[in-house]
Amino acid sequence: MNNVDLLTAITVFVLSVLVGVEVISKVPATLHTPLMSGSNSVHGIVVIGAMLIAAESHTWLGYVLAFTAMVFGAMNVVGGYVVTDRMLEMFKARPAAEKKQKAEV
Amino acid sequence: MDTVSNTVHYIFLAAAACFVLGLHLMNHPRTARRGNTLSAAAMTGAIAATVWLVADEGVISRTGWLVLASGGLVGAALGLWAAREVQMTAMPQLVSLFNAVGGGAAALIAVNDLLQAEDPAGLGARVSLPGALDIVIGAVTFSGSLVAAGKLQGVVSGAPVVFPGARLLNVLLPASFAAGTVWLVLAPDSRTALYGLVAVALLFGVTMVLPIGGADMPVVIALLNAFTGSAVAMAGFVLDETALIIAGMLVSSSGGILTKLMADAMNRSIANIVVGGFGTGDSAPAATGSAAPAQVRPVSADDVAVQLAYASKVVFVPGYGLAAAQAQHELGDLAKLLTDHGIDVCYAVHPVAGRMPGHMNVLLAEANVPYTQLKEMDEINPEFPQADVALVIGANDVTNPIARRPGNAISGMPILDVDKAKSVVVIKRSMGHGYAGIDNELYTDPKTGMFFTDAKKGLSELKAAVGEFVG
Repeated sequence: MNNVDLLTAITVFVLSVLVGVEVISKVPATLHTPLMSGSNSVHGIVVIGAMLIAAESHTWLGYVLAFTAMVFGAMNVVGGYVVTDRMLEMFKARPAAEKKQKAEV
Repeated sequence: MDTVSNTVHYIFLAAAACFVLGLHLMNHPRTARRGNTLSAAAMTGAIAATVWLVADEGVISRTGWLVLASGGLVGAALGLWAAREVQMTAMPQLVSLFNAVGGGAAALIAVNDLLQAEDPAGLGARVSLPGALDIVIGAVTFSGSLVAAGKLQGVVSGAPVVFPGARLLNVLLPASFAAGTVWLVLAPDSRTALYGLVAVALLFGVTMVLPIGGADMPVVIALLNAFTGSAVAMAGFVLDETALIIAGMLVSSSGGILTKLMADAMNRSIANIVVGGFGTGDSAPAATGSAAPAQVRPVSADDVAVQLAYASKVVFVPGYGLAAAQAQHELGDLAKLLTDHGIDVCYAVHPVAGRMPGHMNVLLAEANVPYTQLKEMDEINPEFPQADVALVIGANDVTNPIARRPGNAISGMPILDVDKAKSVVVIKRSMGHGYAGIDNELYTDPKTGMFFTDAKKGLSELKAAVGEFVG
């Protein structure tokens, strides 16, 4: 595994915080729930960590920990994306309804 | 060998960039779904790349493969099932549950790393410090999110649960895991420190969330989401995996901002909410005296229908009462009837309406309300004086004009200026209080009519009655 230099890691850490702030602060309140659920699925990346520990486990304790972490992580990733998609599908524009509304105004 | 590892890390970098873009696309309803798909595709790529990396390194045993595959399948199946089955009103519980498992997975990674290290005593602070932090944050999130989900689901009482000594415990526990963290950093091979830290952190998650009332849950969920993000970032430090650091901190800062927005919308500080004890949960129709109804003006479905049918502008003010009664479809139908009749209809959505940030918007979207009709507080407040009728459904504290005056529980909380509409109708089952437990002056305003009924039943009646006028 790449041995990431601590200083680089900290740099990445700080920059990610700033990017997060910048990207998120522009999202309208209408989308806050899908946003939270969407960012929830992003932290599902923890499943990669779970895969890496599964790869290096060689004791029963390690396997138990890795299995639990895999279940948790996979649930987070798959469930998170599916449910976010389900929500956002409901936000799809309804051109017919909007046009009608404009015509009436 | 090294090429594979390098390629995989380039894939991780691309995935991280896609996560940022995906979240960025979420700033408009039109592009949000594309953003989520992009993010999911990037995640799939990152996972596939990890499989490749694992296979290429060749250290994984047969059992390891079995663990990886079976764990992944079981988790994916559970997640898929939960995501498909969940009701939109139960969305906050599910997000909280996903938060719990995410935090739990992050904590397990650190536990594994400290337990499996070949030379635990030789682990430097470079690994043991983020490891200890990962365990603390991950475990607190795990148990805290489970309690929050339980509260939202009604398994755990939504009311603040305060037991004798709870406050003392909430001081002692952080002090002990601060001590535990130091101990673990100094002696990474100490099993006592490791297990002790896990236990104390799990306990703290419970005692931190239990005393917080149901009404504060939007803030708590946002906060726990931020916690999980940091736990994942710490796991990234432990494993030397930049992708985890980037994704984790992205989530953490987004959760942090949402937490702040939510807290601001309630005019409360985050510390105030976490220390807890104010929100009393879902307003169990407080059996308060019947003195107040004497001054209020009850109205019937027909009265309200006449007002609505002859209005030119109607503003709906939905609150959690609407969601709890599952009446969003009835409201959508009524609104459509009015819109078809040429009446200008919009929805005033307070930032804390619902059980997580923006939850009300999702519920209304489910009822096919076009998002162009959804107006945020700052946008709709100047429009209330032009509204002929403001129809309040199950929103209480966020409409109480008393918030404009100092000296009460909700002083200074930004509210919807419903009282400035030409006339107001409130659909409510009883004169019960909201979570702040104070009388709503709006109800005794002479221009307010109280329509005492269940939200779902009342809206159906209104729809039928309006249908007769405009049909």
